[in-house]
Amino acid sequence: MKVRVLVRPKAEILDPQGEAVRSALPALGFGGVKTVHVGRLIEMEVESAGEVDAMCRRLLANPTIEEYEWEVVG
Amino acid sequence: MGGRGVRIGVTLFPGSNCDRDALYAVERMGAEPVELWHADADLKGSDAVIVPGGFSYGDYLRPGAIARFANVMAPLEEFARSGGPVLGVCNGFQVLAEAHLLPGALLRNTGMRFVCKRVRVRVETTRTPWTSGCETGEELVLPVAHNEGNYFADPATFEQLEGEDRVVLRYLENPNGSANDIAGVCNEGRNVVGIMPHPERVSDPALGSEEGLRILRSVLAGAKV
Amino acid sequence: MSLQETYTSLGLSDFEYDRILELLGRAPNHLELSLFSVMWSEHCGYKNSRPLLKRFPNSGARVVQGPGENAGVVEVGEGWALAFKVESHNHPSAVEPYEGAATGVGGIVRDILAMGARPVALLDSLRFGPLGEEKNAYLFREVVRGIGGYGNAVGVPTVGGEVEFAPAYSSNPLVNAMCVGLIRTDDLVRSRATGVGNLVVLLGSKTGRDGIHGATFASDELTDESESKRSNVQVGDPFAEKMLIECCLRLHEEDLLVSLQDLGAAGITSSASEMAAKGGVGIEIDAQKVPLRESGLEPYEVVISESQERMLAVVEPDQAERVLKLAERYGLVGAVIGQVTDHGELRVKDGGEIVGSVPVEHLADAPICDREVLRPSYLDAVQRLDLAEIPRPDDYNEVLLEILSHPNLCSRRSIFEQYDHEVGADTVVAPGADAAVMRIKSTNLGFAVTTDGRGRHCYLDPRGGGGATVAEAYRNLSCVGAEPVAITNCLNFGSPEKPEGYYQLSECIEGMAAACEALGTPVVSGNVSLYNETESGAVYPTPVVGMVGVLKDVGHYATPAYKREGDMVVVIGSGSRASLAGSDYLEVVHGRVAGRPPTPDLAAEKKVADLVREVIRSGLVDTAHDVSSGGVAVALAEMALTGGIGFEYSETELEMIGAEHALQTLFGERGASFLVAVPQERWDDLQNALSNVPYDEVGRTGGDRFRIGSLVGVSLQDLREAYERDLFGLPGGAEVTH
Repeated sequence: MKVRVLVRPKAEILDPQGEAVRSALPALGFGGVKTVHVGRLIEMEVESAGEVDAMCRRLLANPTIEEYEWEVVG
Repeated sequence: MGGRGVRIGVTLFPGSNCDRDALYAVERMGAEPVELWHADADLKGSDAVIVPGGFSYGDYLRPGAIARFANVMAPLEEFARSGGPVLGVCNGFQVLAEAHLLPGALLRNTGMRFVCKRVRVRVETTRTPWTSGCETGEELVLPVAHNEGNYFADPATFEQLEGEDRVVLRYLENPNGSANDIAGVCNEGRNVVGIMPHPERVSDPALGSEEGLRILRSVLAGAKV
Repeated sequence: MSLQETYTSLGLSDFEYDRILELLGRAPNHLELSLFSVMWSEHCGYKNSRPLLKRFPNSGARVVQGPGENAGVVEVGEGWALAFKVESHNHPSAVEPYEGAATGVGGIVRDILAMGARPVALLDSLRFGPLGEEKNAYLFREVVRGIGGYGNAVGVPTVGGEVEFAPAYSSNPLVNAMCVGLIRTDDLVRSRATGVGNLVVLLGSKTGRDGIHGATFASDELTDESESKRSNVQVGDPFAEKMLIECCLRLHEEDLLVSLQDLGAAGITSSASEMAAKGGVGIEIDAQKVPLRESGLEPYEVVISESQERMLAVVEPDQAERVLKLAERYGLVGAVIGQVTDHGELRVKDGGEIVGSVPVEHLADAPICDREVLRPSYLDAVQRLDLAEIPRPDDYNEVLLEILSHPNLCSRRSIFEQYDHEVGADTVVAPGADAAVMRIKSTNLGFAVTTDGRGRHCYLDPRGGGGATVAEAYRNLSCVGAEPVAITNCLNFGSPEKPEGYYQLSECIEGMAAACEALGTPVVSGNVSLYNETESGAVYPTPVVGMVGVLKDVGHYATPAYKREGDMVVVIGSGSRASLAGSDYLEVVHGRVAGRPPTPDLAAEKKVADLVREVIRSGLVDTAHDVSSGGVAVALAEMALTGGIGFEYSETELEMIGAEHALQTLFGERGASFLVAVPQERWDDLQNALSNVPYDEVGRTGGDRFRIGSLVGVSLQDLREAYERDLFGLPGGAEVTH
């Protein structure tokens, strides 16, 4: 099965990447963007989804600074 | 104080770059350099261990995220728990933070660029095996070279670090937006130190400075011989 | 598709197709046609440039390996040698700048690695259109990030380089990457395959569809279609490359290599056929044995794929197991994919079946294109310049600040601080001086390296510009105290099929060759990049010279920065030829590219530079800078800025120059000139050393202002604000990227 994991910086973390994207968009003519957060997408083909949560906690996300969510997509 | 007989291990992960520089600096100190291959769970009788800089595993996923699971890390963690002196430099600091041997995390530099320059730092505490040879408040000029050197921890951790005198180096000119200008910290046991600047790059008068040896040589005094 | 459409789409002309028929005695199949397509492209075959390249001198006392190998090699001393080369990655960088630049670095590192040398220094020579245009700013930003992203990760310090902005490079950036490696002289690895029955081993990353027909792509002009060729651009993996470096050096250390070659343009095809041609043997490759990243590749795709981070090794059969074991230890793919044969052909098999076979000598021998050399009409027009027309400035302060803040002259700190220039703990003089200086551990030896190009000069006077480019590199090495030894060059030009393009190529090479002879710096390696043009025109003819020099005592070197207050500053070399023709002053202040700059006086260049080197080598001088772009005033200011110490021009000197000649003296450009600063107590010794060259005392260091009589009076602080600008400053702040 296919699993999609999204990892994003925790809300209280300074997100310089998100900030850089947010300030660059108006310069390109795109207005009305209030906030931007930049995270990571991980797609996996796994035999079973039972261990995905553990994978997230141990490797795919750093719990000090990131939070994660995942879903089965196929 | 000579280093003869002191064995200093330097870990080598796939993608580590600064291992050779660290081994060279150890040699210059008069100590015995010991290469610690990542796949071997063996510290080879090292009296102290340096986890050097570079791009272990290409910095893929997060810097240090994969290296922390290498075979050599199990004995290293044991060594650290029993009070053995461990120094993480740059990527090494990142590995130790990912391995939870040090608190906090290293985020992307706020300027969003790789930064390579010499910066002034101050030694905040001499109560670690890696700074015992320095003076408190001593100013050093050390090179930094990193993309993710911006130290972060939650407010409680910061309070603890500052309150317990566990900030080891502080930037006098902050190159990466690190909170509280923190350039290096130590663990509760004070034997594991992580710093972003590279002392091994300034350990030779041929390169214009030996200031890095003020940090590295410290470990010779306290190392179990 | 008709037959003609097929071979034309592969970049082969009617003439070339007929030649193939003639050579083979039969029609080639599609795989064989693909082999010719990539091997006979300009990038691999040098069809247009080979006869011209013969004009370069290639030999010298310190030359261990001249052109013909993966890199040139020169002796440094005490059994040490340097392998070095420069290569272009212009077209890929125009389409996908980060990966184009990154893979350019990867490719040149592998060229050095193929000699058995450890890569120890990188430099990059870059050219873009004016920064005011978003597209150019984007290319510049991404190229720099790509060079840093790859170079920093593989742990090779980027210690030097240059960048220039001019309209001629808009949409046609030039990205040249140079690498220097260190090796014991008697320990070189060569690329010729030998030993019938020896095995061909592929090491590194898996093979995919990257860059298929990239070699053909590199030899085409850029059009709107080029954007859609994005899938032709390879993506680099510096982590794999780092492992490849360590693995290959380990294989070499254990004496497991008969020969080694990197895989670059045209992948397995070019590497295998070059190895075979050099060794006078044949090579058989089984496409099925090549470890693949994706399924469904045809045999022809497998052998022309340009997937990065791969090397080809020839090993003796009983060593193969050890080689594969080491590859595994380093986390790399290792596979025996073929063997050395005696049939003189590059034979491609698909399992048991032969799917193509071509004699290697034919693949390696692209037919030369005979071209006319016609002096272009633009030259007379563009060289016309009445110097008397150029108005004298009202405000010299303004002029100086304008020039110092121009992207072509301002500080490069915002670039080189993105490059790790210290990894390896061998960097003695970091970026920001005239050349990089590296030490060789366990010796007192050092080496210096620089990359230099003079596009505008070559446009205005191809022959003079070619010579001046070599002379500039010679000066840059000399004023850090290094003895220039040899060069590698990258010839970046427009289409040779246009008469003016070919004229520029021919004349620049002529000028360079004469300078190489006069200055004693033979060409030991290099690269040609033609067809750098778009619908709107060609780039300036831009030969880039990468020059390497030796310091017998790395403890005695010089940098431009003023080091003490009260030093006497002297200009060495005659100023009588200083001219504003084709100068930075003319372009920056008056927006004109015109005139004919003074042709290099090669005898003077050698005499003065050798003398400056001598006074540095002897320990007399530690502060030196060559007078180049922007003239004397700019050079003096650069020394003050990098040293953080002010300067005052001598009043007596200024009086002697007189007001009418001030502009020419201060901002005119000339060769064979250097500025040197010594403390008062060394003044007599310096004068003795300079007894048979012209020199003039220009002033004293000190204070916190920069003064040239009543003409220029500005604080160091103001100068610094103009000079230390962030070349990546975007409206709205920081960069966007990942």
